[in-house]
Amino acid sequence: MIDELNVMVAGAAGQGMQTIGFILGKILIRGGCEVFAMQDNESRIRGGHNFFQIRGSRKPVRSASMPLQVLIALNQESIDKHAHDVAESGAVIFDSEKCTVAEGDNRFLGLPLERLAVEKGGNRIFENAVAIAAVFAILGWDFQKLDDFLREYFAAKPDTINANVNAARAGYEAAREKAERFKSLHFPPGESGSKMFITGHEAVAVGALAAGCQFMSAYPMSPSTSIMVYLAGRADDFDMVVEQAEDEIAAINMALGASYGGVRSLTATSGGGFSLMVEAFGLAGVSETPLVVVEAQRPGPATGLPTRTEQADLLFVLHASQDEFPRAIFAPGTAREAFTTTIKAFHLAEKYQIPVVLLTDQFLADSYFTEQKFDTSQIRIDRHLLSESEARRMDSYKRYEITESGISPRSIPSAYGLEVPADGHEHDEYGHITEDEGIRSKMVEKRLRKLEELAREMDPPHRMGDPEAEHLLVGWGSTYGPMAEAVEILNGEGIAVGGVHLNGLWPFPADEMAKILDGTGTWTVVEGNGTGQLARLIQMETQKKPHGRILKYTGRPFTATEIADRFRKEVVNR
Amino acid sequence: MTATINRFDNDFPIAWCPGCGNFPILSALKQTLVDMELEPHKLILVSGIGQAAKLPHYMRCNFFNGLHGRALPVATAVRIANTDLPVIVIGGDGDTYGEGGNHFLHAIRRNVNLTLITHNNQVFGLTRGQASPTTERGFVTKVQTHGVFLTPLNPLAVALAFETPFVARGFAGDGKHLAGLFREAIGAEGFSLVDVLQPCVSFDHVHTFQWYKERVYDLKETGHDPSDLMAAVHKTKEWGDRIPIGVFYRNPEKPTFEAQSPVLQAGPLVARRPDPSRLSAVIDSFL
Repeated sequence: MIDELNVMVAGAAGQGMQTIGFILGKILIRGGCEVFAMQDNESRIRGGHNFFQIRGSRKPVRSASMPLQVLIALNQESIDKHAHDVAESGAVIFDSEKCTVAEGDNRFLGLPLERLAVEKGGNRIFENAVAIAAVFAILGWDFQKLDDFLREYFAAKPDTINANVNAARAGYEAAREKAERFKSLHFPPGESGSKMFITGHEAVAVGALAAGCQFMSAYPMSPSTSIMVYLAGRADDFDMVVEQAEDEIAAINMALGASYGGVRSLTATSGGGFSLMVEAFGLAGVSETPLVVVEAQRPGPATGLPTRTEQADLLFVLHASQDEFPRAIFAPGTAREAFTTTIKAFHLAEKYQIPVVLLTDQFLADSYFTEQKFDTSQIRIDRHLLSESEARRMDSYKRYEITESGISPRSIPSAYGLEVPADGHEHDEYGHITEDEGIRSKMVEKRLRKLEELAREMDPPHRMGDPEAEHLLVGWGSTYGPMAEAVEILNGEGIAVGGVHLNGLWPFPADEMAKILDGTGTWTVVEGNGTGQLARLIQMETQKKPHGRILKYTGRPFTATEIADRFRKEVVNR
Repeated sequence: MTATINRFDNDFPIAWCPGCGNFPILSALKQTLVDMELEPHKLILVSGIGQAAKLPHYMRCNFFNGLHGRALPVATAVRIANTDLPVIVIGGDGDTYGEGGNHFLHAIRRNVNLTLITHNNQVFGLTRGQASPTTERGFVTKVQTHGVFLTPLNPLAVALAFETPFVARGFAGDGKHLAGLFREAIGAEGFSLVDVLQPCVSFDHVHTFQWYKERVYDLKETGHDPSDLMAAVHKTKEWGDRIPIGVFYRNPEKPTFEAQSPVLQAGPLVARRPDPSRLSAVIDSFL
């Protein structure tokens, strides 16, 4: 019996790896395990080399890990690339009629995957059902569990249920005897789990629903598209319109139009699309139109690596658009944080009448997290709009009234008989074009004043590990999980390391951060970019420089062991 | 007449050149809105950047004055958010057909109920006299020093290619006729285009009010059938000694975005609040 399980499903795009991975993850979660799963895909629809990696454990897991206990290799390339990652006691499931493997290596368990799929399911596409059944046999799981799950999973496609179940049963029968030798891999999934198995972008989308978002416009772009796809599937039940725009410029301008028109609205894109949106991002700032933008980072510039991950747009979104205006930037690190931060983003966007950016990336977007069921009972939606009694008391409506807080009374067109302006020029309090020097200065100051109160809304940096530790790892966004585990690994080796994760990045929590950094010996940033953008932001805001920089820009996410290894080598020389 | 127009008047000073073709368009629009018994707060104007796009500042209304070329996507979503209010988009030829050319095509495809009024003066006014997408061949400017040799964009023909519900051309020098077109456009279901021939008194000394007056004629007078798409297309090619104005095409059968979007059948989005109890089913689906 093992207490932690690492499974990889590898093959060409189109071979159904995601289905296998998802099913294994769900069975583990429902059994009460903690699961983390990540996806690694090439930018193509068929062929190429992709994998889905699942880690299940009795204790919380926040990143993928090695070695593998089970590899499902759906083609020769997957064997060649990943067999060396499989533990000596591990198993490699492969197609014995299509692939060749080293003789005498006990890890290999060959089955005629494709033949069984065709014979029992009627189509080679069911080879993933054959393969997953073999995993069940190896792990000592009851076939009935799979049978039940397949019926539930394919309920929407009843004509494929029998084919899937028959192919799976054949795989299970064929693997059972051969799997006897893998008894050491038995991993009881447990019986009672009540946690969610959810990706980062699903959590953003559910957060948008919870926040009462009623409009989304976007232009498809990896890795942001999953948000639009999820919301389009739920829109009809949530009084929401999801519109695919003709380009990203239209997408953000539509989102602004819907927001002005009176509903909470969202757009999502990646760095290239956000580059096109930048002018309208500034329009949100000066017209004080609430807006939430998800910027799902990927390696660039220009097209870069479309399906890969990176964290190199932090300073871009911080400085996006000409001139100056308040904005908020968040980079959640887990699905739960993505959910709560999305709700907060809508709240802040309307309270302060500003654009709010959620920085995600492919690693966060597509990875599956284990989360306690999201609690929605405490969500209160306050639109921060002018009330009817306030409107009635007014002699004239100053949409851009100069106020102490910088926040002016916002209303919805025609509500309470008011005429509501929104303007992208410099304007007077009534929203009309002006070039008056005095009004210009007052308007700049008014808008920037909003930052003072906004800064107090930001959550302090999240601490992990020993707060008095001699060394500190500092990261943001999706690096949270691997960094948190790296801290645990290093602590286990007796190295005194703590961690700090930033979700709220702007307005920057400078005082808290300076205090934290003053209390530590050395600090090292862990970032998915080539120049240490968080390090530069910290230096800009606190005048402090890091002692180490663990940077990665291969288009692949950090793993915990990699961070720990590099920390040992590059920072403490151990 | 002035007494009733006052409902839409405001006292914000107008920054157009004296004698500009924009003035009669503004007057015709306000007259139309009075005739239609609309109120300033029950109307949304959306514009981009250019001389024409300043218009919403010069009358009482709800307005969103956004970026150059981007009025249509804003207006599209303003209307989707609140299908109770008429939305009118104001722009010039550079704004609408140049910078916003892509949005022009796709807004027509969406067929949201919008009225697009383009002040088409065939020249860039705000940046002092460069060629626009509709400038005629041979027109010399400080940038097009050899005269324009690009094919002018024919907005009416483009709109007809998508069988737009209402396609018309007006002339700034005939306010009464223009008001009639505006009224029909605002009342029509789906996307309406009124392209308005507008003399630029500062940068175009060829296409003056007088030049147009000698050439324009109302299609109504010639027995043109506005339900005949190909006849309308044919008419868009007529330019020179005689220039047709009036209604080129009516296609009231074309289904609107609003009519086809299932979510919008239950009333304006802005008046609805999503039912939070539906969230539990969504969250449970991840268990």
